[in-house]
Amino acid sequence: MSGASRRARAWLVLLGLVYASILFAGFIAPYSPDEQNRSAPFTAPTRLHFVEANGRVHLRPFVYRLVNRPGTFDEYDEDRTRPLPVRFFVRGAPYSIAGVRGDRHLFGVEEPAKIFLFGSDQFGRDVFSRLLFGAKISLVAGVLAAALALGLGLALGSLAGFYGGWTDDAVMRIAELFLALPWLYLLFAVRSMLPLHIDPARAFLLLVTVIGVVGWARPARLIRGMVLSAKHRDHVLAARAFGATDLYLLRRHVLPQTAGVVLTQLALLVPRYILAEVTLSFFGLGVTEPVPSWGNMLAAVQRYEVLTSYWWMFLPGIALGPVFLLYYALADAFQQELAHQSS
Amino acid sequence: MRYLSRRLAHGLLVLAGVSVLSFLFIALAPGDFLNEMKLDPRISPAMVGALRERYGLDQPLPLKYAHWLQSVVRGDLGFSFAYNSSVASLLWPRARNTLLLTVPATCAAWLIAVPLGAWCASQRGRWADRVCAAMTTALLVVPELLLALGLLWLAVRTGYFPVGGMKSATFATLSSSEKARDLALHMVLPASALILLNLPVLVRHVRSSLVDVLASPFIQGARARGVPPGRLLFRDALRAASNPLISLLGLSIAALLSTSLVVEALMSWPGLGPLLLEAIAARDLHLVIGAVMCSTLLLLTGNLVADALLYLTDPRLRVERQ
Repeated sequence: MSGASRRARAWLVLLGLVYASILFAGFIAPYSPDEQNRSAPFTAPTRLHFVEANGRVHLRPFVYRLVNRPGTFDEYDEDRTRPLPVRFFVRGAPYSIAGVRGDRHLFGVEEPAKIFLFGSDQFGRDVFSRLLFGAKISLVAGVLAAALALGLGLALGSLAGFYGGWTDDAVMRIAELFLALPWLYLLFAVRSMLPLHIDPARAFLLLVTVIGVVGWARPARLIRGMVLSAKHRDHVLAARAFGATDLYLLRRHVLPQTAGVVLTQLALLVPRYILAEVTLSFFGLGVTEPVPSWGNMLAAVQRYEVLTSYWWMFLPGIALGPVFLLYYALADAFQQELAHQSS
Repeated sequence: MRYLSRRLAHGLLVLAGVSVLSFLFIALAPGDFLNEMKLDPRISPAMVGALRERYGLDQPLPLKYAHWLQSVVRGDLGFSFAYNSSVASLLWPRARNTLLLTVPATCAAWLIAVPLGAWCASQRGRWADRVCAAMTTALLVVPELLLALGLLWLAVRTGYFPVGGMKSATFATLSSSEKARDLALHMVLPASALILLNLPVLVRHVRSSLVDVLASPFIQGARARGVPPGRLLFRDALRAASNPLISLLGLSIAALLSTSLVVEALMSWPGLGPLLLEAIAARDLHLVIGAVMCSTLLLLTGNLVADALLYLTDPRLRVERQ
C-alpha cells in the first residue's frame, strides 16, 4: 500500500466521522433544532466552569443559569447561586435516527439552565444543535448532487466517447453550452425557472436535482476523453473481436478504467456543491426556515447588528473550511495514487 | 486572422445556443410574472389577459423565441415587467458596473499572482515555497460567502472603508477628482474579496507551469551559460510558460464572474449579480435571460481576448494555418 492510498484512507475515516455525527445529530445535539427560547436571544457560547465562586472545585463541569440583565436585549448575567452540572445521556426532546425513536441525548444540563455550546440565535435556538441538523441538509445535498452530476456525466460521456459520430457531436456541443455560462449564473437561472416558495423537503430535492443537472458537463467531457482512449486499447479490441457486446465492453473493460478519475472528481465536486447549496439557501432560494441549513443560518449575518456583535453566528460558514479541507486532501491523495499507479 | 474570426464565429454560435437553452428552460418553468399578478385582487383577470396578449406570453415557444430575437435585433432584449422598462436599459449600467469591478480585480490578481508564482517556482521545495503553498491552500478552503462577510465585518469594525454600495450619498455634489476617490474607496472591499478569492488558483497554476519550464534543458543550458536568474525567470521561462497561462486567463474569467455574483450581492455593488437575484425574486424571466446572456457575453468576450493574446504571443498559431 502506497503512502497516498494510506492517506486517502485516513481522510476517508475522518469524513466518515463527520457524516456519522450527522446521522446521529438527534442524539449528539442537546436540543431540537427548532426549540426556541424567546427570553434568551443571542446568548454567547455557554461557559463551562470547574470552580465555583466560593472556591469549591468540581471534577464534573457545570454551568450557571443565564438571566437577562434588566433593560437590555442581549446581555446576560450568570446566576451564581446554584451550579448545574453537565450530565450525560439525559432525557430531552424526542428524535428519530433512521426510524429508531429516542429521547436520550449525549449531554445536557438541568432545566432551567441551558447549554449552548456555540451560543444561541435571534430566537434563542441552540446554534450547536442547528449546526448538526443543518449539516444534514448542506453536507448531504453536496454528496447527492455530486453523485447525480457524475452519474449523468458518466452516462452521457461514455455514450459520446464510445459511440462517437453524431452522438458524440451532439452531446459535446450541448456540454459546451453548459460550460460557456458562468456556473453560478447558470445555477441561479435554472433555479429561477422553478417555483419560489416550496416546503423544505421538496426544496432539498429540488436543489439536489438542479445542482446535479447543471453540473453534468465537466465530468462528461473528462469521461468522454478517457473512454475514447480506452476503447482503442488492444484488449478492448480483442474482446470486441471475440464478439463482446457494447454493454459488456463498457461495463467490463472501459468504465473500470475511469474509476480513479471519477473518484477524484467526486472528491472535488462535493465541496463545490455543498457551497452551491449554502449559497442558494443563503440568498433565500433554497431550504428555508425553520429547517436549518448552513446557508440559511449564515444568512442571519447579513443583518448589521448580527455582523458586528455576535461572532458565533459566523460558525456555519467557518465550519465549511475544515470540511472542504478534508475533501481537497482526499482528492489530492486520490490524484497522487492515480499518478502512482500509472507510472 | 482566420484563427480569430473562427473563434469569434464559435463564440456567436455558443451565444445563440445559450439563448435557445434558456428559452427551453423557460418553457419548463411553471408560471411567470403575470401569474403572480393574477393573485392581486386589485387587478382584473381581463387586464392580465390583455397584458398576456400584448407581450405575447400566450404564444407557443418558437414564436416567443422569434419575438425575443426581434427584440435583440431592435436592441432592447425584451420587456421587464418588474421594472416597467426595456431589459437592455436595465442591463447596460449593471454590466458596466460589473466590468468596473472585475477588470481591475483581474488585473490586480494577475499582477500579484505572476511574480508570486514565479518566485515560488524558483524557490521550489524550500520554506518560502511551502509557506506559499500553505497559504494558497488556506485561501482555497475559505468559502466566498465567508470571505466576503469577513471583509464586511473588518470594514465595519475598523471604519476605514465604506460598507457596501458603489457611491456615497453625496456623490452628485462632489468634484470629479473626489468622485474618482469615492468610487475607488467603495471598490476596495469587493475588489479585494475578488482578488483574494481568485489568487490561490492563479498562483498555483503559475507555479506549476513554471516549475515544468524551469526543469527543461534550454533553461538549464541558459543557466549554465550564466544568464542572471531574474532575467532567466521573468524573460525566458515566463515567456515559454505563457501559453497555458493565457488559456487559464480565459478559464478564470468564468470563476471570476461567479464569485463576483456573490460578492456583488453581499456588498450591494450594483452589478449584474444583484440584478439577477432581484429578477429571480420578481419572477421576471426576460430579465433573468437578459442577465444570463449578458454574463455569457462577458465570459465569451474574455475568452476572445485570451485567444487574441494567445495569437499574439504564440507564433505557432499564426504559422500553422497558412
